Amino acid sequence: MSRNGPLALIFHTVFVVVMVAPILVVCLVAFTPEGFLSLPTNGFSLRWFRTILNYPEFIHAFWVSLGLGALSSFVALLFAVPAALAIARYRFRGRDALAALFLSPLMIPHVVLGIAFLRFFTSAGLGGSFAALIIAHVIIVFPFALRLTLAAATGMDRTVEMAAVSLGAGGWTLFRRVTLPLILPGVISGWALAFIQSFDDLTMTVFLAAPGTETLPVRMFLYIQDNIDPLVTSVSACVIAITMTALILLDRFYGLDRVLAGKGDTGR
Amino acid sequence: MSMAAEERSARAPWALTAPALMLFVGVLLIPLAMTVMLSFHDWGQYKGIEPIFILKNWHEIATDPYYAEMFWRTFRIAILTTFLTAVLGAPEAYILNRMSGRWKSFFLLVILGPLLISVVARTLGWALLFGGNNGLVNKLLMSLGAIRSPIPFMFTETGMVVALAHVMMPFMVLSVWAALQRLDPQIENAAMSLGAGPVTIIRRIIMPQIMPGVLSGAIIVFSLSASAFATPAIIGGRRLKVAATLAYDEFLNTLNWPLGAAVATLLLVALVLIVVGSNALIERRYAEVFR
Repeated sequence: MSRNGPLALIFHTVFVVVMVAPILVVCLVAFTPEGFLSLPTNGFSLRWFRTILNYPEFIHAFWVSLGLGALSSFVALLFAVPAALAIARYRFRGRDALAALFLSPLMIPHVVLGIAFLRFFTSAGLGGSFAALIIAHVIIVFPFALRLTLAAATGMDRTVEMAAVSLGAGGWTLFRRVTLPLILPGVISGWALAFIQSFDDLTMTVFLAAPGTETLPVRMFLYIQDNIDPLVTSVSACVIAITMTALILLDRFYGLDRVLAGKGDTGR
Repeated sequence: MSMAAEERSARAPWALTAPALMLFVGVLLIPLAMTVMLSFHDWGQYKGIEPIFILKNWHEIATDPYYAEMFWRTFRIAILTTFLTAVLGAPEAYILNRMSGRWKSFFLLVILGPLLISVVARTLGWALLFGGNNGLVNKLLMSLGAIRSPIPFMFTETGMVVALAHVMMPFMVLSVWAALQRLDPQIENAAMSLGAGPVTIIRRIIMPQIMPGVLSGAIIVFSLSASAFATPAIIGGRRLKVAATLAYDEFLNTLNWPLGAAVATLLLVALVLIVVGSNALIERRYAEVFR
């Protein structure tokens, strides 16, 4: 039973409607049968979704985004899992400073990161390359990969590990057969959240992407800068659908509030 | 524990964090340092970037009123956005927290979900809703009798603040939500049994306890709004510049990288100072809540 009064419920309804409205309007306009921006008043049409197929730059950008998100999140975890284990288990000098450094990409504005990476990769001769995009994305998704792995490693039951050690397991076997399976839910959620962050990033990527390595948000942004038509709404509707699917899966398997609040930060 | 094992456990954390540390030094700290250095370099239309030490860019930012106006606009938009999210997001988090289990998780998903949806798509939604003088928002407000003549939203600061507040709202709700989780519902009941009315309870019991949540949410929203790019670029158009869109222009249109680097450095330094400063203030003021 709800303990909210009628006024509170009215406020809540208006709030939710306003939160959903812009997303809903994009999805609705995407189904318009007309050749211009309008809400579909006389029937739904998939016309603008079919039109996407005539724009190979959107299709290509989609694959770039997908590959970039998957790969950079995976690479970020390769660095984040050992770091998370160290921060969760050891008290050592410089631990807090390291944790702060690893979470710092959350604090630094993405526009500043974009500029810094553009400068750096251009002088390194990697300007506009896919490799540069991967490295840059590894940095921006790292905090998300780290936080969820850290939460899993902090909450983990260490007695199982001790049992394995007493039975003679050590080093790599211990990690692969005992530790990793135990923290796997956190690691997978970290990957998924990192993927979404990478898949959605515009502000940093817009500085680094060149024709051929443009990601979907960058392609959409550059398109919107010139004109807004139903095509870009149908592309957006596809992006929203993909994110929603990932979101619902994350919520089912891990709990959205846990993912977003990043509980169990540095164990302070 | 034997000597060898002890030595190993002292080295282990460093061995485990070394790869990530090298990554961060190599491709985060060095590029950031290079950007700061870049802001002291010279630039000319024909000669390009000249790696000498010069204060030209900083002098230009300090003296040309264009930059003062642009930074003031950036921070004005960020402050208004923060205010709007706090005033609307905090009550919503409170209402959400009082809902029963199933509805609570459903609406939490609805309100926090947009956080993960592309900012470009969300801003596009507002551009569609605003859409000129006869956009849906204006039609609705006029039919409700709230306004007489349409408010211009596109290419205005009003529009930017509304769209940004929508983009940032989940951060505020999340932050207040987290503060509410630490709150003991028994205190509210105790106040009620002692004869406090709903207004007194909210003002004297709830507000002081969720204030740290509101403030830490405000810091996140403020720093993200002040450095936002997509929303100001799409809603504000090419003329209404904020710090992030100006830096983008300098880098990718004018190609005056040193000046763009100076704008970005100033934005970074200003934000770090504001965030660290207000964090310290909040922690001192609310030391007992954080303990």
